[in-house]
Amino acid sequence: MSGAAPGPLDRLLSGDRPGTRLLNLLLLLLLASLLLAPFLFPGTRSLAVAARICIFIVLAASYDVMLGYTGIASFAHTMFFGMGAYGVAIALAKLSAGWGAVLLGAAAGVALAVAVAVLIGLLSLRVRAVFFSMITLAVASFALILATQLRDLTGGEDGLTFSVPDVLQPSFRLLAEPVLGVRLDGRIVTYYLIFAAALALFLLMLRIVNSPFGRVLQAIRENEFRAEALGYRTVVYRTLAGALAAAMAALAGALMALLLRYNGPDVTLSFSVMVDILLMVVIGGMGTLYGPALGAVVLVMAEYYLQPAMAALSGSLAGWPLLPALFDPDRWLLWLGLLFVLVVYFFPAGIVGKLRERAG
Amino acid sequence: MSDGAALLELAGVHTHIGRYHILHGVDLAVRRGRLTMLLGRNGAGKTTTLRTIMGLWRPSAGEISFDGAAIGALATPDIARLGIAYVPESMGIFAQLTVRENLLLATGPQGFDEARLEEVLALFPALRQKWHSAAGSLSGGQKQMLAISRAIIEPRRLLIVDEPTKGLAPAVIQQLIDAFLRLKSTETTILLVEQNFHMARSVGDDVAVMDDGRIVHAGAMADLAADEALQQHLLGLSLASHQ
Amino acid sequence: MSAELLRRNASDWGAYALLPLIALATLPAMSFSTWLTLTVAGFAMGMMLFLMAAGLTLIFGLMQVFTFAHGAFITLGAYLAVSVLGALAGWSNADSWALNLAALAAALLAALMASGAAGYVFERVIIRRVYGAPLRQILITVGGLIIAEQLVVAVWGANPLPLPKPAAFRGSFILAGAAIETYRLIAVALGLVVYAALHLLLNRTRVGLLVRAGVENLEMVEALGYRIRRLFIGVFVTGTALAGLGGVMWALYQELVTRSIGSEMTILIFIILIIGGLGSIGGCFTAAILVGLVTNYVGFLAPKLALGSTIVLMMAVLLWRPRGLFPVGAE
Repeated sequence: MSGAAPGPLDRLLSGDRPGTRLLNLLLLLLLASLLLAPFLFPGTRSLAVAARICIFIVLAASYDVMLGYTGIASFAHTMFFGMGAYGVAIALAKLSAGWGAVLLGAAAGVALAVAVAVLIGLLSLRVRAVFFSMITLAVASFALILATQLRDLTGGEDGLTFSVPDVLQPSFRLLAEPVLGVRLDGRIVTYYLIFAAALALFLLMLRIVNSPFGRVLQAIRENEFRAEALGYRTVVYRTLAGALAAAMAALAGALMALLLRYNGPDVTLSFSVMVDILLMVVIGGMGTLYGPALGAVVLVMAEYYLQPAMAALSGSLAGWPLLPALFDPDRWLLWLGLLFVLVVYFFPAGIVGKLRERAG
Repeated sequence: MSDGAALLELAGVHTHIGRYHILHGVDLAVRRGRLTMLLGRNGAGKTTTLRTIMGLWRPSAGEISFDGAAIGALATPDIARLGIAYVPESMGIFAQLTVRENLLLATGPQGFDEARLEEVLALFPALRQKWHSAAGSLSGGQKQMLAISRAIIEPRRLLIVDEPTKGLAPAVIQQLIDAFLRLKSTETTILLVEQNFHMARSVGDDVAVMDDGRIVHAGAMADLAADEALQQHLLGLSLASHQ
Repeated sequence: MSAELLRRNASDWGAYALLPLIALATLPAMSFSTWLTLTVAGFAMGMMLFLMAAGLTLIFGLMQVFTFAHGAFITLGAYLAVSVLGALAGWSNADSWALNLAALAAALLAALMASGAAGYVFERVIIRRVYGAPLRQILITVGGLIIAEQLVVAVWGANPLPLPKPAAFRGSFILAGAAIETYRLIAVALGLVVYAALHLLLNRTRVGLLVRAGVENLEMVEALGYRIRRLFIGVFVTGTALAGLGGVMWALYQELVTRSIGSEMTILIFIILIIGGLGSIGGCFTAAILVGLVTNYVGFLAPKLALGSTIVLMMAVLLWRPRGLFPVGAE
């Protein structure tokens, strides 16, 4: 945002720099860690954490396009996530374990997500804004029921386990010799596929929200009547934003299916995933895209590493009334819920908003 | 303007709505027992002035005092409890409540004072026939009569009415004029926003004219009514077309 | 004007006619005794849904507060039923309908008070700060829901708890060849009592008058000199207390209490509010019975489509009337 001609970095970030030195540093650290994750944090578990972070960055950022940039609280975002995941899962399970099936499944998932998002958007044209949140919740639960009932197609409650293309199989070897002590197997290939896709999708979203289209969305969020008076068809813009977010979420779902080689209702459709996304976006900072990325890191790390810490704490509190129950590792969501409420009260702009504010 | 007879006084009042600066320092005095007309073009800030007095918008600067006490920081219900009745431009009728229930809401816990109710219904007999009908079923003129009745069903110290004649037929407007003349005879203090100059001339004692968020003229209604050049200057052609 | 009113009344009749129409339309698809059983079951379910939804429609309609945490108060009521009936197991299992009824009444009263008290705290701590900010209301109440659910689990544990009905309400009897569960009649009776009480409160008292006026135009109520915040607290506490009451009834109906019992009902409740129109007690009542009937009929004819059918019903109503069957107040 300096007066100088935009450099290549600015072009990559669509002129939307993180804004402060600390934030730059954090994001750079995140990017470097994710880029080198297989070498910095060897081990299957760490790699899975890193891959989940990449996927949830896309998912949370796509939700931010709806919530933060357009001011729409939808509870159907996991449905779109699930559509992408089920698309890939069904294609790989029913057709063949090839790239054609992956592409076909992802495309079908995205197409379905966009179609449903447009339908919801057009329906919201006729109802009050508050109905929208409630309707999306109902539709999302309908999708969840559908996924568990259509057992032949989706595997029901059990979900689908399937094979992925050969290069993504754990048994695949890219090079015979380890590099820097790490064996380059199918897991690593999968990780870098996810990493590259997530980075590309994130930069694409950054471009879109900083385009004239993105600015109209923000104008609508700030003052719907004024935007309408200026001649913007707000419903069309909101529907487009919803469709875009749905497509991105579906692509994140496709990546999730490739990572897990499994898909079921709990993984991609459940309400708890929706709650996770909401926590990521709000804690990270709505309407910034960088915020949800940081929020995704915080949440995924908490999910994996907060629980052992709480287990230790809970153990040391044994004998006290109620306290061990409050610090039970399964209660990690309690503390994140509290954090969430505090953030909404005191830092409505989240981590990123706070950092930018401090930098003045 | 600060003669002792002012019941309501605004001094240098600014109001922002969102990012928009609507009132730019309004100075206005409403004198006891008189009917003050607030005139001006569309968008001059008349409705915003009334809403600011009622606490429905917060003034960002300036003083509002009622009977000598500052009320600029009070909440709307507390302002109303000082004895100020407000009829908004939209009339604020509860469409799903009956005529009786609409009026009952404006009474104290003891309910209707029968004598007062008779007086009010004598002013607008049409309401008596609609007593148990939903207010939403009334005609536009009847709704306005109900709104004004509700404002005066209890004795109030100040009555604020926003454009009561808007969209009404001439015969109904004449009925409203008669009602305001009767109210004046009871020494009620009234602040009335109007676009209809015929109405303004018929009932106004004092007049203030607004333009662009300020009071640009204040004086006696009779003086303005007699001075066509001044009318033309202050109000342009907009009023003539409303005759 | 009067033509407009006439048209509105006519279409209100259309909305009322939905109930008997749907009930009669399903009759040819099954035997009369099955139909009677399902209809009673549908009414009973509708009444319990009404208990849970009635407060929320006023909270949405009057306070313009969009809370997603209502399910937490249902859950609280359900778990309190486990604790109270567990403590009063002697009464609950006794061979005396008077003692059984006393146990049930104690559970209902405890849930009413506890959920109401929790609602008071929730309004003072959570809601009070976010009046007039719909997006923050949605976010903050989702946060409140997460915390409340986790607290419930911390107190009562994560495993589902069995909740047997008091002895006298366990069986069923035969009416016109149809098996009717006793408990369903209790639910219908309680639902009718609460509906009648709310109806009287809203239409025969000054507070009710204020609530009805506030649903239409809050600003004007304030301009008439009423401090609406106190009204808000009263409505919120009443609404959450009723949710706790409904939670007890629903939990006893299911005979099993899970941590998600409230959040599962939230979706059905939202569907009811949307169908009935925000802020309308009558609409809420009609819509709750409608949803109860449709769920039971479809649950019998095509079990997999039960919840789906209510969502389809909601979509159809919205296409017919975007503001619900019985819209109240300004857009």
